[in-house]
Amino acid sequence: MQALTNRSASVDRKPMTFIERLYLWNVIKGMMITFSHIFKKKATINYPEQTRPFSPVFRGLHVLNRDEEGKERCTACGLCAVACPAEAITMEAAEREPGEEHLYREEKYAAKYEINMLRCIFCGLCEEACPKDAIYLSETFAPSNYTRKGFIYGKEELLIPNPKSEASKLAEARGNTSN
Amino acid sequence: MTLLTIDWMFLLQKLILIAVIITVSLVIAMYATYAERKIAAIMQDRRGPNRAGPFGILQPLADGLKLFFKEEIIPNSSSKFLFILGPSLAMLTAMMTCAVIPWGNKLEFGETSISLQIADINIGMLYVFAIVSLGVYGIMIGGWSSNNKFSLLAALRGASQVISYELAMGLSLIALLMMTGNLSLRSIVDQQMAVGSLWNIAYQPLGFLIFFICALAECNRAPFDLPEAENELNMGYHQEYSSMKLGFFLFAEYINMFISSAIMATLFFGGYDIPFLDEKTLSPNLAAILGLGAFMTKIFIFIFIFMWIRWTLPRFRYDQLMDLGWKKLIPLALANMLVTGAVILWQMKG
Repeated sequence: MQALTNRSASVDRKPMTFIERLYLWNVIKGMMITFSHIFKKKATINYPEQTRPFSPVFRGLHVLNRDEEGKERCTACGLCAVACPAEAITMEAAEREPGEEHLYREEKYAAKYEINMLRCIFCGLCEEACPKDAIYLSETFAPSNYTRKGFIYGKEELLIPNPKSEASKLAEARGNTSN
Repeated sequence: MTLLTIDWMFLLQKLILIAVIITVSLVIAMYATYAERKIAAIMQDRRGPNRAGPFGILQPLADGLKLFFKEEIIPNSSSKFLFILGPSLAMLTAMMTCAVIPWGNKLEFGETSISLQIADINIGMLYVFAIVSLGVYGIMIGGWSSNNKFSLLAALRGASQVISYELAMGLSLIALLMMTGNLSLRSIVDQQMAVGSLWNIAYQPLGFLIFFICALAECNRAPFDLPEAENELNMGYHQEYSSMKLGFFLFAEYINMFISSAIMATLFFGGYDIPFLDEKTLSPNLAAILGLGAFMTKIFIFIFIFMWIRWTLPRFRYDQLMDLGWKKLIPLALANMLVTGAVILWQMKG
């Protein structure tokens, strides 16, 4: 039979030598290996205190973006919901009333915007579908929760802090997530 | 102070000694569980328990507390009396062995001198053997009364393993006893402590090796942990147990480990003898305390080796276990005995 790779090694079927049959010598060799591991670097970290950095392209929890003046970018066009293969996104659109121009960028906005984090597969297609740069995947992941309801994230959880009125909060969030 | 021809001070003194030794062995067994987890972690490049208290040193307390609060389940189909007797017996036999171990030399308080040994009986070694063979009853009764196939299989394995290895263990010790000519553990230590005499390991290296392997098997430690074999027999003989009854079984294993380390240190490594030091030059109390420290150090080294082996070697197959016990260790022990006897005879002649 032709080998698929050149990495295969033939099995050594030589009868064991006397030293090998004594078994004790090999036990000592094995124990030396485990002993040497005492001085090796630990492969694990103290998790909640230390975290491993994610790569810049990590796709974690979603955030809803605001523009520089703190207006919500989302216009509730529904392209993200259409693009979502897991059907995790639902939204309800509403019309901007006069006097709300400082809250919403365009005439239409999302009154309700929900992502079910249990359904979401974090593929990032919503991010790609969005024509308004309104939704992004950040570098955090969904924390645990006691109920299924707790995993349905609404606008309060998703919207980033207002860069105008809550600049310090935004900076703090960026320090942790950097979206 | 004597009343009704009983020396009450002596009784009190022994009772205090018993309480102290039992407490100490329980605490050491408790921290052996912590040490086991920590050593396992370090050898696998992990960190091990480090949440409860600094460096996780309160972890054994948390584990014990958890076991106490767990629901106590006695299966309906089990034999209830035996089901409770099993873990109790395992614990009892584990604790009973420490009665004859000489923990140190005599402490002196003015007139009275207190021997750091509960009972210096002249058949010390035989007593240890008797209790060790009783230890299998805990496993056997526990596994059998659970009325569970896996438990019964594990108990059978355990029983046959202990019986097979006891033979080789006894034979390896006969060679040692032929040299010492004495069964009392204190006099065996005293012989090794005498100026100019070496530890018994120097005379009986093969005997020690056989004894050590058999001790591993008797304690049901890896690589001979067949009665527990998590991945073949679910949990082994304590599968139906929960709460502190399970804790007793697990705990008994660590106490056994501690006691067998103590026995190995006593028989082969000079007990409470401090190497390269003549204890007679020190004051008796200081010598006793230092000796106790030396003895504990030896025990801890043995416990570490037990754990080191557990996290290195895979479990033996059942037939390999029996093969090693009956076909390798027993003939080796017999040969060791013969050679020792011949050397003793030759020395007597010359």
